[in-house]
Amino acid sequence: MANPKPEELANIDYKPPKTGWMDTPTVFKQGIFPYGCKAKSLETLGFPNPRQWSVKDEDWKLPANWQEIFIEGLRERVDKYRSFRLFLDICVRCGACADKCHYFIGGGDPKNMPVVRAELLRSVYRKYCTTSGKVMGKIAGARDLTIDVLKEIWYYAYQCSECRRCSLFCPYGIDTAEITILARELLNLLGLNIDWIAGPAAACWLTGNHLGLQPHTIKDAFDMFRDDIETFTGIRVNPTFNRKGAEILFVIPSGSMFADPGTYTLMGELLLFHELGLDYTWSTFASEGGDFGFFTNNELAKRLHNKIYEEAKRLKVKYIIGGECGHMWRVWHQYHNTWYGPVDFLEEPVSPITGTKFENAKSNKTVHICEFTADLINNGKLNLDKSRNDNLIVTYHDSCNTARGMGILEEPRYIINSVCNNFHEMPENTIREQTFCCGSGSGLNASENMENRLRGGLPRANAVKHVAEKYGVNMLACICAIDRAALPPLMDYWVPGVQVTGVHEMVANALVCKGEKKRTVNLRGEPLPGMEGQ
Amino acid sequence: MGLLFSFFAVISLIVIVYIGVNAANLHYLFGVVIPYAAFLTFIVGVAYRVFKWGRVPVPFRIPTTAGQGKSLPWIKWNKFDNPFTSSGVIIRMALEVFLFRSLFRNTKMELRDGPKLSYGSTKWLWLGGLAFHYTFLIILTRHLRLFFEPVPVVIQIIESLDGFFQVGAPVLYLTNLIFLGAVTYLFLRRVIIPHVRYISLAQDYFPLLLIFGVGLSGVLMRYFMKTDVVGIKELTMGLVTLKPVVPKGINIIFYIHLFLVSALFAYFPMSKLMHMAGVFLSPTRNMANTNRAEMYVNPWNYPVKVHTYEEYENDFREKMKAAGIPVEKE
Repeated sequence: MANPKPEELANIDYKPPKTGWMDTPTVFKQGIFPYGCKAKSLETLGFPNPRQWSVKDEDWKLPANWQEIFIEGLRERVDKYRSFRLFLDICVRCGACADKCHYFIGGGDPKNMPVVRAELLRSVYRKYCTTSGKVMGKIAGARDLTIDVLKEIWYYAYQCSECRRCSLFCPYGIDTAEITILARELLNLLGLNIDWIAGPAAACWLTGNHLGLQPHTIKDAFDMFRDDIETFTGIRVNPTFNRKGAEILFVIPSGSMFADPGTYTLMGELLLFHELGLDYTWSTFASEGGDFGFFTNNELAKRLHNKIYEEAKRLKVKYIIGGECGHMWRVWHQYHNTWYGPVDFLEEPVSPITGTKFENAKSNKTVHICEFTADLINNGKLNLDKSRNDNLIVTYHDSCNTARGMGILEEPRYIINSVCNNFHEMPENTIREQTFCCGSGSGLNASENMENRLRGGLPRANAVKHVAEKYGVNMLACICAIDRAALPPLMDYWVPGVQVTGVHEMVANALVCKGEKKRTVNLRGEPLPGMEGQ
Repeated sequence: MGLLFSFFAVISLIVIVYIGVNAANLHYLFGVVIPYAAFLTFIVGVAYRVFKWGRVPVPFRIPTTAGQGKSLPWIKWNKFDNPFTSSGVIIRMALEVFLFRSLFRNTKMELRDGPKLSYGSTKWLWLGGLAFHYTFLIILTRHLRLFFEPVPVVIQIIESLDGFFQVGAPVLYLTNLIFLGAVTYLFLRRVIIPHVRYISLAQDYFPLLLIFGVGLSGVLMRYFMKTDVVGIKELTMGLVTLKPVVPKGINIIFYIHLFLVSALFAYFPMSKLMHMAGVFLSPTRNMANTNRAEMYVNPWNYPVKVHTYEEYENDFREKMKAAGIPVEKE
């Protein structure tokens, strides 16, 4: 289906309807919702209620006792997650979150205001879990869990990218991501996942990565990258796979093995580690740092994530470095130590090149590649020729998860400023902790919901447009695999001419390597500045 | 619907107390029994709610990081918006509770032709909220004079500061004005701003109207209707010393005021007003971002079914061998 033109899409009506949200039926709009999951994916994962169903069908083929399942699930979870119960209880509906959500800003649908998105479920919670809701019903903001209510919760649970921007502005820190995460858990009890999440999650279960890349395929892909790197730089890198006794296990989101421009980031990492002579290994088993289980339920997130530490243990590495990825780092930073700790089979991370101890990662033993590289640069360990990136006028997009779930803000900026001469920030309300989502996070980067992705990406794209017009920015840097997949179409749509890059692609382009040939092209095979004729 | 319901609910409360005191002569009920019951409900209710939240585990450490995290020693980190220590968390919480730090960040989005989105700083809600909560606190503190004999110096100082401008007799308290103004603002924005009206429920209007009623009846009593101050003090001292007495001749406006306050106290634990206690428990705010440095334990963590390396190798052994990838079992 063709998307509307940008000027049509940007014609947004923010006026809420006259009827209250409870009395305004939700109409499913093509282009906004992703497709439902396939039975096969759920069977692979051992999930309940696998069946063929379609979002567009009237009948979602739910189990007969679906209400009971949902309500029992809800009651169970408000007793397991303080965040969930508290956030359902204490919202005062002040409205501060309303215009902070990128889906609301780009679409105007009032049910995408974080407060209403939460109210959709909160109203059910009131009805079945609170006395006032039971007794007073609608006037207490409570409502019955009907099939339409369930569908509505589904429709909006898959229009939230769990970016947590609203939680930054909420006076009580109410985090809609928590609401969405648990709403999706409940929906999964009924087999109501989406195809774009359940498919990759099932593939990840079987092959270790979302793309379903088998070990030999991964090796083949890397051989191509090695050939390209050799062609462009004259250097033959020799990555190893599943090698026991390596000092470091390096794990990245599998998206970077598969599609541009993520592949250039991967090539950049290959070249950097080669230049350093780093004793590290890749793993075909731990071939995915990301975790679409996190977009399904807590248990699946943990199940899929297991392979990282299991592989580190098996290969007897000292510690783990993780590549550029967003939700992968939210999971690694805020969850995996809790799932699998204590990680006493690994050592506290120390950079073998600089001797720097990564104190902030001493318990879970995982270092972010930007921390690793920033430390290298700060210690003068890299020979960098910034002018090789002079054709780039760069701005930087903080990914939601690394910004609001970790606080990695300065490291990538420091690296970018060390490897290129032209860097300009987007307006301050759109970066750092206030950063906007790419519009496709949390498993929503399917193609059938492209209109919603373009809408949700408008705030980000519009900020890029601002610096593109003001400073001539032509390159949008990021440290997230979903960004690298989602931002290119977003730029093509809203800000044609701006390309997308990972930070380590730029590092490798500026990196002067031992024994390299005269570098005339970058890792994309495009001429370096001043080398156009060669 | 929520607005009308709330309005009539508050009116009904006033009618009830009016009839109860003036027609049915239930002075003891409205002057002693209900205030005691309401106060008890408040204490027990709030404790119960907090206990109920406290009982629910916090499985994961999920602070919303609002600034640079602590990483490499030469990178300046934001100690309060992204705390790494307990003292950092305490300061973050203090900023949140005393100064409404998060609300201070508030912006207003605007879409102009182009399209061009902009986000301007907007401090009205922050200012209104701050004014409302602080004046409420001061007024509440001033009321402590009714429960002490002699009145502590601290309270006298607060009163004299509050009445600094020495306008009118009795002296006009600045906080009374600001308080009523702030409540009115918070109410009007709910009614006027379309999005806020869209999200507002009865339980949002009701406390505002109730609190407005409390404030208005208080102001009427102090400035406009002759009330027996000595009699009131006798009654409040009786309440606090657990020797309740109901002096004759206290104006009905006092009973209205007292009943609305009682209603507010009783309503508090079962309402969104519990945000007062809840904010302290919010996991996105009260946890330090030490995730990778210190292990956090989930009390209900349980083993899950995993796809082991062994199973993986069994699935792909031949392909791995053919590709030259090392395997465990040849």
